Amino acid sequence: MDSNKSANVAMLNRKPADENSKSAAKGNTKPKPDVNAGKTAFKNSGSQTAANKSSGGKFNITVRNCNLHYGDFHALKDVNIDIEENEVTAFIGPSGCGKSTFLKTFNRMNDLIEDCKITGLIEIGGQDIYAKSTDVTMLRKNVGMIFQKPNPFPMSIYDNIAFAPRTFGIKKKSTLDEIVERSLKLAGLWEEVSDRLNKNAMGMSGGQQQRLCIARSLAAEPKILLMDEPTSALDPISTGTIEELVNILKTNYTIVIVTHNMQQATRISDKTAFFLLGEIVEYGKTEDIFLKPTDKRTENYITGRFG
Amino acid sequence: MNKAYRFIKARDSIMRGIFTFCAVFSIIALGCICVFLFANGIPFIGRVGLTNFFGTTWNFNVQAYGVLSMIVASLYVTALSTLIGVTIGLFTAIALYKFCPKHLVGPIRQMINLLAGIPSVLFGLFGMILIVPVLRDYISPTGVGYGILAASLVLSIMTLPTIVSVSLDALNAVPRNYYEGALALGATKEQSVFKVMLPAAKSGILAAVVLSIGRAIGETMAVIMVIGGSPVIPKSLFQSVRTLTANIAMGATELSGDAKTSLVAAGVVLFFFTLLLNISFSLLKGGEKREKKRASKANI
Amino acid sequence: MKKNAHQRQIFKYSALKVISFVMVGLSLLALLAVISFILIRGVPYVNMQLLFGDYENEPSIKPALIGTAYLVLVAIGIAAPIGIGSAVFLTEYTNSKSRLIRVIRIATETLAGIPSIVYGIFGYLIFVVALGFKYSLIGGGITLAIMILPVIVRSTEESLLAVPRSLREGSFALGASKVRTIFNVVLPCAASGIVTSLILAIGRVISESAVLILTIGMVVHKIPEGFASPGTSLALDVYYFGSHGYPEQAAATGVVLLVLVMAINILATFLGKVFGKGELANG
Repeated sequence: MDSNKSANVAMLNRKPADENSKSAAKGNTKPKPDVNAGKTAFKNSGSQTAANKSSGGKFNITVRNCNLHYGDFHALKDVNIDIEENEVTAFIGPSGCGKSTFLKTFNRMNDLIEDCKITGLIEIGGQDIYAKSTDVTMLRKNVGMIFQKPNPFPMSIYDNIAFAPRTFGIKKKSTLDEIVERSLKLAGLWEEVSDRLNKNAMGMSGGQQQRLCIARSLAAEPKILLMDEPTSALDPISTGTIEELVNILKTNYTIVIVTHNMQQATRISDKTAFFLLGEIVEYGKTEDIFLKPTDKRTENYITGRFG
Repeated sequence: MNKAYRFIKARDSIMRGIFTFCAVFSIIALGCICVFLFANGIPFIGRVGLTNFFGTTWNFNVQAYGVLSMIVASLYVTALSTLIGVTIGLFTAIALYKFCPKHLVGPIRQMINLLAGIPSVLFGLFGMILIVPVLRDYISPTGVGYGILAASLVLSIMTLPTIVSVSLDALNAVPRNYYEGALALGATKEQSVFKVMLPAAKSGILAAVVLSIGRAIGETMAVIMVIGGSPVIPKSLFQSVRTLTANIAMGATELSGDAKTSLVAAGVVLFFFTLLLNISFSLLKGGEKREKKRASKANI
Repeated sequence: MKKNAHQRQIFKYSALKVISFVMVGLSLLALLAVISFILIRGVPYVNMQLLFGDYENEPSIKPALIGTAYLVLVAIGIAAPIGIGSAVFLTEYTNSKSRLIRVIRIATETLAGIPSIVYGIFGYLIFVVALGFKYSLIGGGITLAIMILPVIVRSTEESLLAVPRSLREGSFALGASKVRTIFNVVLPCAASGIVTSLILAIGRVISESAVLILTIGMVVHKIPEGFASPGTSLALDVYYFGSHGYPEQAAATGVVLLVLVMAINILATFLGKVFGKGELANG
């Protein structure tokens, strides 16, 4: 257990992507990997193997005094939260309340937005993910994300799933086949597509595409899954399928889901956080939030008085 | 009142007729071009015979009008210039797409577009005063600077702006959520661009390639000044040869009679190549549209 | 083991990034080389004799300047009205699904893809041979007009499509007829874009040479007497001087041509920006 933990620490404890690739470049100019290839690279190796094998290790999320600004706009105000492992946590709230923005801080997708400033502490498994030493690519590998609109790549189903493993250097056909099959089975899609893995993914239905995106994330062997309104673009039947899938996946993954649909939150989540104007108004067990909210604003929202 | 109304009605239909004529003018012009070209070129080919016309000997003193060596030279020049131009242009587009600092992209794009405005005869001149002498003095094993390599270099510079701007547009048209999806899976910026965005833009990029092939095969003035002009089958990159277009332009000022009609026949061959490229270009465009439709359908 | 595979992947694509930067450098270098070599070689030879002297013993481009002016007049004079009329028909009179529109579009696209030397052959066959004009500036000008037609049609169409629907509806709602709406509302609103596209078309006429080699005769030493006489153009002079043993004069003529074309492009960009702003302010 102990060794696993230290391995995970090492995994997150890495240089930012740019620097990392530079050191990688340096390391790789030598024909054979040697001990002098660089400490960072060495750390990478140990950690990733361990990370892929270990199913234990802590992957809880701790946030303390998180503030986020888009230019002059104060999008998140002093947010604090503790998200437990292997639970489904739902973020609810009206549009523009900052719940999606907050979700994206967990895999640093906000890095893409210019003049987005984040202060405060966000830790995953005890590691500050905004520390200089964090390898963003490894962070994103461990913290998968499902987007609002299904975004399969315009390539075959197989290539979609194999994207992440290939990105991390797996080339062997048999290993890839195995990963593809396992991921598709986990996402409940194998039966439907096993005979057309080489067909373009864009030809699938919306619900299938979204499950393909989930399978694609699972192929990276993440520990946490972030879902940003994953069913808002889908019909009710596909929504039901995805919700069932979330219930199955939570035994092995920590899931954070942003949703506009309060029934969905009650159906699938263990804990719920209610966001309003960039703040968490209330956070607790889902049944508590919906049955006996302590804050008047939460009550108004869940009873449909605004939003 | 009634009179005024009738006047307006009449004016409307007259103008409508004029506008229609203007629009149909393109069709008429295209029709005329085809008729004149074919009516003069094809009988000529029939008269001298296919074996003569598609033979390797070009000597109008003995009525040998073989254009095979020119077709081969044209194809070599087009292939090599496209290869060079696409390599440089595509990578340039990729750099401008995601890797260049944002504030430099606009100016660099504008500078490359400047190239598109330079008359082709000036590229020929540039090739004549710089590329040919450099090749002759430093690179060519035969001591000849003229030839396929010189023409290809000149043409690849010429087609650069087309390739850069069409491929950059194609890349920019790829939905951004592919990029985000790739990053969210742990890919680096470079991996996302090369493994996801680039393949997603492939039909647009292919269109750029076809467009540049069209420009290369049809270009005359830039080629004529650096190609040399000998009507022989090319055996080396550094050897005076003659492309179809160069043949037409060179003959235009020197020949008369039957020999001049042979240029029309060469033009028919060129026209045929261009039509092929046009058709494949519109097919590719159609493919791009279909892909976009599919992407937008998926995003509903 | 795995680390190396991952790092190799990252390295491979970073290397591609470096290559792409090198290619940007090459592109810019090519541009710089073309412009600077023509300037360096040509500027010292730009003088009064070359520009305005009589072509007797020393080469001069005076006939070419006049010939080019004739060509621009003929080509734009024919292509502008037809091109604008065609664009009006395509945007104002039809829905995009009609068969005629599709045929017209295919025709314009095909015209745009035909190499200029093929236009040259066509111009030779119809004007020099069939109509018996011999080599003439007017024949060359008309051929050029057909060649630049697709460019004018396409850019005018874009300008017309950019005129908001509400303006047309407003005009119709006031009882204006279709023709009145087109001439008093739609065309004035699109004027800036149309003017810019015409200026760019002038640039293309000046740049073109392959068409002319077969149609206007490349008579470099005589000032044309009128539209019907043979002549030469600036671009053609560059080729003539270059291939007839006057490389310095070719480069100097190249400088004149380059400056002219660049000035036209800059003017078009500038006008586009000025008009663009004005339109924004109005809208």
